Amino acid sequence: MRVWKYGDDINTDMLFPGKYTYTCSTVEEIKPHLLEDLDTEFASNVQKGDFIFAGKNFGCGSSREQPALGLKAVGIRAVVAESFSRIFFRASINQGLLLIESPEAVRSYSAGDEVDVDPVEGKIYVGDKTFSFPKLPPEMLEIIEAGGLLAYTKKKLETRKN
Amino acid sequence: MGMTFAEKVLAVKSGNKEVVPGQIVTVKPDHLLTHDNTSAIIGKISDELDKYGVVRDDLSIIVLDHVIPAASEKNAAGHKKIRSFVKEHHLKNFFDVGEGICHQIVYEKGFAKPGSIVLGSDSHTCSYGAVGAFASGIDRTEAASIMLTGETWLKVPPTIKITLKGSLKYPASAKDLILTIIGTISADGAGYKAVEFHGDVSSLSMDERFTIANMGVEMGAKVTVFPVDETAKEFFSSNNISFSQNDAVWADPDAEYERELTFNLDEIKPVVAAPHTVDNLKSIKDVEGTPIDQCFIGTCTNGRLSDIKIAASILKGKKISPDTRLLILPASRKILREAMAKGYIDTLIEAGALLLPPGCGPCLGAHQGALAPGEKCLSTANRNFKGRMGCKEAEIFLASPATVAVSAIYGKITDPGKEAE
Repeated sequence: MRVWKYGDDINTDMLFPGKYTYTCSTVEEIKPHLLEDLDTEFASNVQKGDFIFAGKNFGCGSSREQPALGLKAVGIRAVVAESFSRIFFRASINQGLLLIESPEAVRSYSAGDEVDVDPVEGKIYVGDKTFSFPKLPPEMLEIIEAGGLLAYTKKKLETRKN
Repeated sequence: MGMTFAEKVLAVKSGNKEVVPGQIVTVKPDHLLTHDNTSAIIGKISDELDKYGVVRDDLSIIVLDHVIPAASEKNAAGHKKIRSFVKEHHLKNFFDVGEGICHQIVYEKGFAKPGSIVLGSDSHTCSYGAVGAFASGIDRTEAASIMLTGETWLKVPPTIKITLKGSLKYPASAKDLILTIIGTISADGAGYKAVEFHGDVSSLSMDERFTIANMGVEMGAKVTVFPVDETAKEFFSSNNISFSQNDAVWADPDAEYERELTFNLDEIKPVVAAPHTVDNLKSIKDVEGTPIDQCFIGTCTNGRLSDIKIAASILKGKKISPDTRLLILPASRKILREAMAKGYIDTLIEAGALLLPPGCGPCLGAHQGALAPGEKCLSTANRNFKGRMGCKEAEIFLASPATVAVSAIYGKITDPGKEAE
């Protein structure tokens, strides 16, 4: 488990450069360019179960969904930030990527701290401290539990048909 | 208790008598905007499209604008796939390459109506608040879901009320006003919130309102909205856009706001957003003299006729500096033709400008106008993020068309007042 720590206003161009948005749409195309203009170490070293910790307004900017799609695909356990921008927040729910808004957890983190999360209980463990985060409303949990918005929508259409 | 604009629209559209901030409602958007990303969107749901079809043939507005004309075989294949999809499903609202930037098309063709909900898989969908629409950006996956079901959830946002007083004094512009507002409340100052503009709104033209609403997302706003006044009605009638006065909802006088701010338009001065965030507000004085390699006038933020007119009036009979280059990008075919008829385009080309097709490419580094390491661009676009114009070692400064045009003459950031005097 590794924690990738970044600052405030990490925008979608840093998470996935605009120049690739109309040539890279699949997970395999997206992965090599993740965080390319922010941290050249990330794409080649990120591992399943890693966390991202960041400041306020994470994911601001474009509506491009490659950041959420890519971070979910490489196995980021959760993005923990002081706050998120709204389009990125929606995109992440729609991909089933766990976002945790906890300024306290972010501020408490120091290099080397072990991090774990219990999404059901709404708890995040940073070093020897525990922080609570509010659970998502049922409408959003339903989408995540279905495995993302498309799976949710497909199920709904199937039910309507029957 | 009175309701805000956002509360009223979401109450009506969700079939509730009233709604409160934080409440989640299900709505059926009036329109769904997608662009070149339509090919990726329909790729996610190809089986379902075969099985169920689209929910409404007039729901989608599809505009090819992001990489136009296609820069590569891959882009061209994406465009081709979209044209086939449009034909196969008999979609009513398709605009091929050359028609213009999607946001200008939605606005100019009258798809965004007062009190309507328009969602789009592009963050600058918030632009249509200029005509009193509830308009907001979503991701591709959600657009795919809406194409199939026609509905989605929205959280009722709290609202910030911004009261405008007085009127803008040239060379200060709507761009300077919105950059000042974003610099004041910060890049996430309106995060998840609706922003309503009140007060002396009538002093602003529709072009100016569009520029302001367009940049709402740069302060995190969900929607940015203006009231439908006589100026807006004049815009509808002169563009043959029908709308119902009953739909033109506006906040009640006793609506409850999370925050209230006032800006005095008479005091707004030309400003610049310096690299690499839109809220990095600087007065012209702070950055005056910065050498500029590329000047860029246009985009969905500042590519309307009045913007091109200002640039042409400043550059008439002049030449741009040999140390810089100037790109002009009108927001639509209609604007391009009007600007040509009025001689603005000829004036700009004579001054040394390069004309680009009405699209989005340079703004996001996807097509044309890319920067080299170490270069600086002064742009009328809406974002100056690192890497935004194709190169992470380049710098982007945001300013008004007047500031960019004057700066092009000198090849460095210059106070537009210098020419106004």
